[in-house]
Amino acid sequence: MENLKYRFDNGKPTQGVTAIVGVLGSGNLEVLVEPAALGGACEIEVKTAANGFDRIWQAVMKDFFARHRVGDIRISVNDAGATPAIVSLRLDQAIETYIAQGKIKT
Amino acid sequence: MTHSYYESSARARIAGLLDADSFHEWLPAADRLTSPHLAALEQSAAFDDGVIVGRGSIAGKQVFFAAQEGGFMGGAVGEVHGAKIVGMLERAVRDHPAAVLLLLETGGVRLQEANAGLIAVSEVMRAILSARAAGVPVIVAIGGQYGCFGGMGIASRCASAIIISEEGRLGLSGPEVIETVRGVEEYDSRDRALVWRTVGGKHRYLLGECDTIVPDSMEAFQRAIIACINNGEDWSLEALEREHQLLGDRVQRFGSCKDGRDIWRELGWADPDAIAMMDNDEFIAAAQGRRAKDLECADSSALEKRGDKSPHSI
Repeated sequence: MENLKYRFDNGKPTQGVTAIVGVLGSGNLEVLVEPAALGGACEIEVKTAANGFDRIWQAVMKDFFARHRVGDIRISVNDAGATPAIVSLRLDQAIETYIAQGKIKT
Repeated sequence: MTHSYYESSARARIAGLLDADSFHEWLPAADRLTSPHLAALEQSAAFDDGVIVGRGSIAGKQVFFAAQEGGFMGGAVGEVHGAKIVGMLERAVRDHPAAVLLLLETGGVRLQEANAGLIAVSEVMRAILSARAAGVPVIVAIGGQYGCFGGMGIASRCASAIIISEEGRLGLSGPEVIETVRGVEEYDSRDRALVWRTVGGKHRYLLGECDTIVPDSMEAFQRAIIACINNGEDWSLEALEREHQLLGDRVQRFGSCKDGRDIWRELGWADPDAIAMMDNDEFIAAAQGRRAKDLECADSSALEKRGDKSPHSI
């Protein structure tokens, strides 16, 4: 097990409602997105069963932040060996669900 | 387009079955009520411990529910997972919803949690019976990839009714377990036809363990659940005695059968191999009078009329 933490500053504060997507099953991951007062930052915590992939996670998360530039958001990931492509898709799905659910509620 | 129940995640099933916007989750993922046992073993633990519990409505009627996620550790029951189901059932005893819905997909006890998991399953069984005793019907749906096995197979039979699809499987020891313990000569778990003939939805419907069999679609499961809520439970002494009689006779009648096929022949199916290829409607029509409970209720003249040559028939 490895615990990885990332923080990206200067994101756009993004409204939404707590969302969870994906399943913690082999080759898959679950992503939980929650609102958090982080001064415009996006914090991401990853718990992964596969050790030694810190640099790849870093790259995937950097790409994610470049795509969405979301702020005031905490993302928690439980991973069971998903490939980078799957991780990217799940992150996109999670943030889209978070924003869409927020629009329904308001 | 129909939505497959089999292919859906637990969350997608809840969303597909409940009335729009009626979903309310207790102890949601954000509460991070994860398994302490898995953490101690340095294993990944899902935020919701693999089960979603809460309340909502179906066709306007309030239901409490638990939905197991087969994708996380095969839906296995750990201490937290079990406690969430038990808490929901105990709340049903207090609040009296129209029904409790258990969307089960599980291999049984989570082996990593050993005794805590076993106790959790026994508590689920007791809580199911408490809810029923309080007048709340408990309806089980089985139609996921992992079937419903182990202690939760027993728990499901403690419920008021079971709805299953052809793809669903219900049993105690799962196919792989039987093969591991008794050998491949006894049971080849990779023989899918054999697996479905012995634990599959159609077999369970014919034996009478499942009250309703539906095609693999969210809409069909939803219709069957609504029908179960509306039907209520038969608590009469006659019904209970009939059930006991049926269970008692079963070993005697089918004890020597080696395969589901042999049982179906006993039940009056001239061509048991044709069953697997029938679609749901065709199968239900053909099963009229050819389920274990029909034999039980039928008198000898009815059996003769149907040309049943079973040596075990009454």
